[in-house]
Amino acid sequence: MIDPNMFQLVCFYAFAAVTVVAALGVITLRNTVHAVLSLVLTFFSTACIWLLAEAEFLAIALIVVYVGAVMVLFLFVVMMLDIKQEHVREGFIKYLPVGIIVALVMLGEMLALIGVRAMHQAVMGADPATVAGMSNTAWLGNALYTQFLLPFEVAALILTVGVVAAVVLTLRQRTGVRHQQASQQVRVNPRDRVRVVKMAAEVPAAPQPAPGKETTP
Amino acid sequence: MPNLNDILILLPEFYLVAAACLLLLLDAFMKPEQRPVLHWLSIAVLLVAIYLVVAGQPSQAVTAFNGMFIRDGVAEILKVFSLLTTVLVFFYAKPYLQDRKLFVGEFYTLTIFAVIGIMLLVSAGNLIMVYLGLELLTLSSYALVALNRDSRLSSEAAIKYFVLGALASGMLLYGMSMVYGATGTLDLVRLHTAAGHTGMPHLLVFGLIFMIVGIGFKLGAAPFHMWIPDVYQGSPTAVTVFIGSAQKLAAFGMAYRLLASGLGDLSQHWQLMLACLAVLSLAIGNIVAIVQTNLKRLLAYSTISHMGYLLVGLVNAGPEGYAASLFYAISYAITSAAAFGMILALARAGFECEEIDDLKGLNQRSPWAAFLMMLVMFSLAGVPPLFGFFGKLLVFQAAIHAGYLWLALVGAVFAIIGLYYYLRVVKVMYFDKPVEGTEVHLQKDVSVRLVLSLNVLALLVLGIVWGPLFGWCQSVFVG
Repeated sequence: MIDPNMFQLVCFYAFAAVTVVAALGVITLRNTVHAVLSLVLTFFSTACIWLLAEAEFLAIALIVVYVGAVMVLFLFVVMMLDIKQEHVREGFIKYLPVGIIVALVMLGEMLALIGVRAMHQAVMGADPATVAGMSNTAWLGNALYTQFLLPFEVAALILTVGVVAAVVLTLRQRTGVRHQQASQQVRVNPRDRVRVVKMAAEVPAAPQPAPGKETTP
Repeated sequence: MPNLNDILILLPEFYLVAAACLLLLLDAFMKPEQRPVLHWLSIAVLLVAIYLVVAGQPSQAVTAFNGMFIRDGVAEILKVFSLLTTVLVFFYAKPYLQDRKLFVGEFYTLTIFAVIGIMLLVSAGNLIMVYLGLELLTLSSYALVALNRDSRLSSEAAIKYFVLGALASGMLLYGMSMVYGATGTLDLVRLHTAAGHTGMPHLLVFGLIFMIVGIGFKLGAAPFHMWIPDVYQGSPTAVTVFIGSAQKLAAFGMAYRLLASGLGDLSQHWQLMLACLAVLSLAIGNIVAIVQTNLKRLLAYSTISHMGYLLVGLVNAGPEGYAASLFYAISYAITSAAAFGMILALARAGFECEEIDDLKGLNQRSPWAAFLMMLVMFSLAGVPPLFGFFGKLLVFQAAIHAGYLWLALVGAVFAIIGLYYYLRVVKVMYFDKPVEGTEVHLQKDVSVRLVLSLNVLALLVLGIVWGPLFGWCQSVFVG
């Protein structure tokens, strides 16, 4: 039987080592897609460390928000940058080995976590959530809206500034741009658009005898 | 749970947030030619905020939101002067921004948001609030630096500022996480008691070192000063004046909250670190400034050296030193606002007045402008009887009382070296012949002329009657 404390420690060092190596990969790999995949691995390993520390909600949020949304979007952008179609398809096979390695390391980490869970015996000391008899997420929510209310509001303020700054730095008001004006389009009267003009029918002129030799029988 | 009393304690901050949001909305529905209304409204908003800060000041320090926010004398004095310098910034900035087609409502709202960041930072009672206040301040500043987005210099400055600022925030957070690991608390008051008997003193000192690196970046103290000259030169001068004045008060507030309130028990560790930063800043700031030809860069290196003097006061690590440093920070903020205000007032459409040579023969063209500029330069150099002199005297005195006589001597030597480049500006104005075909004169705008003259004359008045202000600075650190 393995000592659960020992196993947890080994897992922590393993996850930490993977995080550091993957983070190094992000900044050293020349291939952008590889770098992004390394970043995914970095986030995933960090989430595993958080799970070890019993911060379940944070770990899940990191995976859902960063790995699930931000990184996949980022990956799409990086892959789309090279617009040639055949290149993208070629990329799929070329990046497959790195993708498989990343996936395998993630799988190993998950298995190790399940092992920790199975052998878990309150080794992390007093966790405020367990003391309060609440789940981690419920406790976090409680703390966020009572004890940490002010920082939470200030964080909202920072996001507001982020939006204002983004608009200021990117919005360009160009003059002389033609816009569609829907209300005017709807109010248009058919009579303003088509004008029926009465005019006498054109009578084709009688064929004129061609000058020259045809006049002679 | 927070109650009504907590909200009343934060009334100035809540009021400013609401006012900033209203200004943002107002700007969206305003025609461009009505923007001067926004300018005057913003100034009124800040003046009301000063009134709220002073009028609602409790007789004793109070905390709100579970100790997240502290409202005490230090916070009050820093808030009053950062709001006041921001009012000056708004006055000086208007004609400059109008001439360069940068006169947008967001300049005002982003600056007000940055001021809210300063107010939260100097009132922080928790490491999280220190970080969030700092982020609010710096995020707004990044956007302000990049405001002139068609200028390559401005974009370059913004990118440098952003990357180095993010790095500094990372260092600060890293240090905070180590301190949290060693003591198990984020609350500054509890941190102060827990720091004395932690089981992991080495981890705590490592955390302290990282936090000092973060503070060094924000103050712009050498060897973390690389961003200062480029950012000062690259950003629109209307933004430089804000970064150079009000933000220095915020940096002092942050250093005080983290080092004195939080980790005061570790002062034997951080005193020598700050002394090293001070000597380096004094040396680099004063010596490199000698070779500068650009006025904004010269003032940037002058900032670095002034942050060195501020650190000399902090090295004392007692009420006397904090009071001297606070006085120094206030005197620098007001003088720096006047210095950049002069550049703004001399600039006009298509002419930045950034080079020292642009000031050649200023005395013959505009004697009043030359006189004001001379007072500002003398105050920066620390010539008696101007404001800057007593700041220097008090920080040297504090250092000597703490047993750092050598530091005071080094400071005095570099003050004399620094005198050279400030005097060079005065010499160029008074003794050089004006360049033919150029024209330099003060802004026509009456409000700018009036406020700038008052600001510079305040340097003279506060230099002669410095007692009451220093008394206020001393009183907030007693008890």
